[in-house]
Parts: sequence; structure tokens; C-alpha cells
Amino acid sequence: MGLVKFKKVLAQLNIFAQCKRYGLSVWQCPQFLFLIMGTIIIGTAVIAYAIGNRYIEDPALIALIVLLLTAILFIIAFIIIQGFERLAEANRMKSEFISVASHQLRSPLSNLKWAIELLMSGRIGKFEEKQTKYFKILKENSGRMEELISDLLTVSRIEQRTLPLKKQEFSLENLIKNLILEFKPLIQSSNIEVKFKSEEDLPEILADPSQIRLVIGNLLDNAIRYIKDKGEVKIKLEKKKRNLCFEIADNGVGIPKEDKKYIFQKFFRADNVLKYQTQGSGLGLYIAKAIVEKSGGKIGFSSQEGIGSTFWFTLPIK
Amino acid sequence: MKKILFIEDESALQKTFGEILSQEGYEMISALDGETGLKMAKTKKPDLILLDLILPKVHGFEVLKQLKEDPETKEIPVIILTNLEAIGDVDKAIGLGATTYLVKAQYTLEEVLEKIKKALVK
Repeated sequence: MGLVKFKKVLAQLNIFAQCKRYGLSVWQCPQFLFLIMGTIIIGTAVIAYAIGNRYIEDPALIALIVLLLTAILFIIAFIIIQGFERLAEANRMKSEFISVASHQLRSPLSNLKWAIELLMSGRIGKFEEKQTKYFKILKENSGRMEELISDLLTVSRIEQRTLPLKKQEFSLENLIKNLILEFKPLIQSSNIEVKFKSEEDLPEILADPSQIRLVIGNLLDNAIRYIKDKGEVKIKLEKKKRNLCFEIADNGVGIPKEDKKYIFQKFFRADNVLKYQTQGSGLGLYIAKAIVEKSGGKIGFSSQEGIGSTFWFTLPIK
Repeated sequence: MKKILFIEDESALQKTFGEILSQEGYEMISALDGETGLKMAKTKKPDLILLDLILPKVHGFEVLKQLKEDPETKEIPVIILTNLEAIGDVDKAIGLGATTYLVKAQYTLEEVLEKIKKALVK
């Protein structure tokens, strides 16, 4: 453990490698320039002290030297800011690229989806059972691509801070009930029981229902998918002070201890789930966290590997 | 027979919808860009217009605006069928007079068909 940390610190110190990672030349790289600036600051202090001792009768000279060095520091600081700007710009372009690429992918995917639906509807001729089986595979996978693209678009909106939140008052309880109904096919095919318990007479919350739906949908989907065989998912809704608290517990594979700190990072997937559940983009929890926090709530979890996970979030009442 | 004008630059979608709409007993006429779409709306007098937003020559929003400004075409219901889904886009289209706004990724073919039937009954 100690060795790993030491290595990390060393890697931080390897400024040239860091600058390379950013794709910036050394003279535009903030890390390197900070080092130069620090050296000049210390150098200035030492020189001012040394010269000050020697030419004590001529303070104008010392002032001039200090002024000159300050000017150099200003120039370096300016270049550092430019370096940061370039990094920020690169990040913005990356988000924009995801957004444009996702939009472009959507058109051919819609064509594909609707053509498959037309084929499967039997409107233009019937197929044998064997053929239908493969059409189902096509349909399922075009659906998965569509979901992935929609997740990527949500992520790029979160990063560009353009995720729209249309707040209105609505019943969280009803939303959960409807969502469970929608998940029924997956719940049944996974051999899982979903129990929902809600406190009575809960007030409405003020949030964007379509986004909160996405959050709960992601949490429910995870709970169901990460139960290995038979299992149970318990959903609880209750009022805590000025918030509604949603809780979802499963007896699934759980999250390994060392993976816990990464669980809300985008594209992260825990080692133990990668082994048998290959589906999933690693975006669901990242999106959930961003939406809950933007809606004024908090999100968290507790988990034990092999026993199960409990995820919770709160949302303010009005 | 009710006539539906489909303004959409993806010819694959034109084919799929042409097939399903003719089966349902509608006549579908198609335009592959905004300019042709506007012309056809005037000359062919459709009962309903399906309109994509990202179109060559004249953008979908501009097509919608001109359709609703022209006394000859302003009564024709317009269903937006697109993959743009920013809240601003939806509000803008409804504000300009679109009947319904459908995001392609969120609807099945049969669901779109239902919306078309509903708009034609009105």
C-alpha cells in the first residue's frame, strides 16, 4: 500500500510525462511552468536579499531588479493560464464530439430499428420461428445501442452543464410504481421479486420527473442485473425531515471493498461484475449522481461483496 | 384516401414509412429536403405532414414556420419526427404550431403510426 502511494507521488513529480499526457509542449505545460515560477520566486528572494546587503545605499537598483523579476513572473503566469485554457478547450471539444457523434449515430440506428420492427410485425410476410429468433437478437441489440447513445448524450450534457431540468411537483411513489410495472418483463425473466414499501401520505417532490425516472431506472436495473440467480429487491420510500428518502436493496454480488471509491466514476465497472455480466456501460451511476445532486439531493450506498448492495438518494420536498 | 407528406432526408425511413402507411390505407408522398417539402405542401395539399428537423436546404424549423404562416397550409397538422431532443427544440416546435413532437429514438413504429392516426382524426 505504502509503496503504491510512493509510486503515485513519483509519477506526479514526473512532469514531462504529465505534460505529454496532456498533449502540450513543455513551455505551455502548467506543471512545468509552475516549477519554473517557483524557482524564480525563490531566486528573486535570495537575489534581493544578497544585493540588498551589498548595495544597501542604492535601494532604487534593488527595486528595479525586483520589478523586473515580478514582470517575468507575470508573463509566466499568463502562459500558465493559457495552458489551462487549452486544456479546458480540449475538454469542451471532447464533450462536443461525443454529442455530435451520438446525434449522428442516432439516425442510422432509428432506420435500423424501425426496419426491424416492420420485418417483425409480419406486415410484409411471415417468418419461421428460427428466423424470428434472430430478428429478436437484432432488435435487442439495436435497443442496447440506442440506450448507450442516449446515456452518452446525457453524459455530454452533464459535462457541458446543459442537462435540462424541468422541475415540477409530482408523486415519487407513483413514478416508482409505474417504473416497476415497466420493468416487469426483465423482473420475471430474471427470476427476481421486487417489493416496494412506501410510507403513507407522502408529499410530492419538486424535481424533473423524466430525469428522476432515469435515476431510479438505472438503480433498479443494476439491482436486478447484479443478482446472480434468484433474489429479492426491496425498495423503500420514506420522509426524513424536508426530504424524501429512496432506498433500494438487493442481495446481489455486492461491490468489492477496493472498488467502492470508484463506483460513481463514469465508465467504471467493478471487477466482480465484469466476470459474468458483460452488458452495461458504466455510465448509470455517474448519471444518477449528477442528476440527484443537480436536483438538490444526495446519493450514497453501502455494500458488502457477496451479500448485496443498498443504494439510497434523497430529494427535497418542494 | 388521406394523403401524408413525409419530409425526411433519410430515404431508408421514407421506404419503411411508405410501406406501413400504404398498408394502413394512406397515400404517402415524400420530399427529401425542406425546399421540396414546402413546395409539395402547397401543390399537393396533404392531410398531414411528418417533418424531420435536420434537413438539407431549408431547416425543419423554417419549414414549420413558413407552413404555419401561409394561409393555404397553416391548417395542416404537422408531426415533428426527429432525433433532436433539447427542451428548447420541443418548446420552439410547439410554439411554432406543431401538433406533436416525437423523438425517433423513443418510439416504436406502431406508436408513431398511432400518433399519425390520432392527428388525422382531429
